[in-house]
Amino acid sequence: MHKYKEKAFTAITYTASLFTIMVLFALIYGLFREGLPLFNKVSLTEFIFGIGWYPTNAEPEFGAWTFIIGSFCVTIGALIIGIPLGLGSAIFISEIAGNRLKEIVKPVIELLAGIPSVVYGLFGMSTIAPLIRNWLNLDTGLNIFTASVILGLMIVPIIASMSEDALTNVPKSIREAALALGSTKMECIFRVIIPAAQRGIIGSILLGLGRAIGETMVVLMVAGGSAQIPKSIFDSVRPLTSTIAAEMGETVIGGLHYQSLYALAILLFVLTFAINLITEFFIAKRDKK
Amino acid sequence: MVNNILSTENLNLWFGRNYVLKNVNLNVADKNITAVIGPSGCGKSTLLRCFNRMNDLIPETHIEGKVKLLDDDIYTSKMDVTEIRSRIGMVFQKPNPFPKSIYKNVAYGLQIQGKYCKDEINERVEQALKAAWLWEEVKDRLHSPAMALSGGQQQRLCIARALANRPEVLLLDEPTSALDPQSTAKIEELCLELQKSVCILIVTHNIAQAGRISNYTAFMYLGELVEFGHTEKVFTVPQDKRTESYLTGVFG
Repeated sequence: MHKYKEKAFTAITYTASLFTIMVLFALIYGLFREGLPLFNKVSLTEFIFGIGWYPTNAEPEFGAWTFIIGSFCVTIGALIIGIPLGLGSAIFISEIAGNRLKEIVKPVIELLAGIPSVVYGLFGMSTIAPLIRNWLNLDTGLNIFTASVILGLMIVPIIASMSEDALTNVPKSIREAALALGSTKMECIFRVIIPAAQRGIIGSILLGLGRAIGETMVVLMVAGGSAQIPKSIFDSVRPLTSTIAAEMGETVIGGLHYQSLYALAILLFVLTFAINLITEFFIAKRDKK
Repeated sequence: MVNNILSTENLNLWFGRNYVLKNVNLNVADKNITAVIGPSGCGKSTLLRCFNRMNDLIPETHIEGKVKLLDDDIYTSKMDVTEIRSRIGMVFQKPNPFPKSIYKNVAYGLQIQGKYCKDEINERVEQALKAAWLWEEVKDRLHSPAMALSGGQQQRLCIARALANRPEVLLLDEPTSALDPQSTAKIEELCLELQKSVCILIVTHNIAQAGRISNYTAFMYLGELVEFGHTEKVFTVPQDKRTESYLTGVFG
């Protein structure tokens, strides 16, 4: 009886994991099945580097370049905001704060990760966007800057908590060695501890990057949504994710427009998949040491 | 009159409520090897760490009494801790090279001081590696990772790293306890060579090691400095019963 239970348990967990993996493959299969046919009519270069996106015109155009640029801008912006805040918090928590302060600050930052993205979006729309519009006298506060700020705040907990783990994992013996050679605390942090933790730190940044590229709700709400090549950080953009979410409802299943949105999804998938692979590489290498 | 480079006067130390060092008076002579022996937990490592203020890192440490490097009381507030630590090198129980190249490990102490040019650093790195008997083994791969070296080599690298600062004192905290007998022998020989130019204070678990390399031996027991004197004397005619019992293996 006991043995039987054991076997059943193994079978159940095995099936569960197998099912999860199958879902992934089904997803990838579906993505490519729906999206690839677009490339019978539109060349890959035209799709990636084309500037016009007029999927419903009599002579439709499917140029995703403005969306790629849009995604790129808000993601880089998010990193510019998120990396200093995240790394700064990580260094503070792991190296500077005393134990009691650490026990307060760490969970609070991690709490940020649990806030639904639509709440971040609302905050951006109702607070940051009007502030920036009035302050700089713009037509709209929904632009790259606002989206970057909100996305940046969203990835802070990811970068902070993973980097903090990486820093905390640097052995005490190495810290002692650095201090015993006459380092100040700051020299010890910047010249020894951070370099020793760099793989984990880079991994955390890449994870944040992946999150920022894939985030949809926030950019849909605060990036403005105009498909254009931006000239300043206060221009509106339309990232890949917003385009898919905004237009999917208007398409005919199996139609060219429908296929083109799937093609955007493939692009997004390939991007995030590549980032995850690289992240994995960084984190795995670190653990081996 | 022997020239004392390190000394303590009525040194008492507590970790929180734990009374760890009890009224220790020790004088360490320059250009000699002084060994501190005693059973685990007797406070010998803590005593060693008083000299470069590494105990400062432990919260709730409370120290009374004086610790002197030559004539400087190192626990007065006007002393710069980083300066003290660059004058007193330390090597730890387990080899702890930085996850950097061999060169960068040795150059680190000089680089943070920021007062040496590149050529000077290169020269001093070479000297330090030679002094630690590592140069011949690593001169062709100075820029490969230090972690790839063997345990014994890593420990000699740590010694080189400490020597690069040209310290007045070298503190060794059970430097061979994580090494194989061959590497241990090499480090002991190295100590005998180094004592000609630098004062060595070594904490060891290994009574025989203290006998082999030290000129002076201090025996500590339960936080007290029980006996201190010429190694030969301490080993052959110990004055205190506890020293005798420890040396003959009654406890330890």
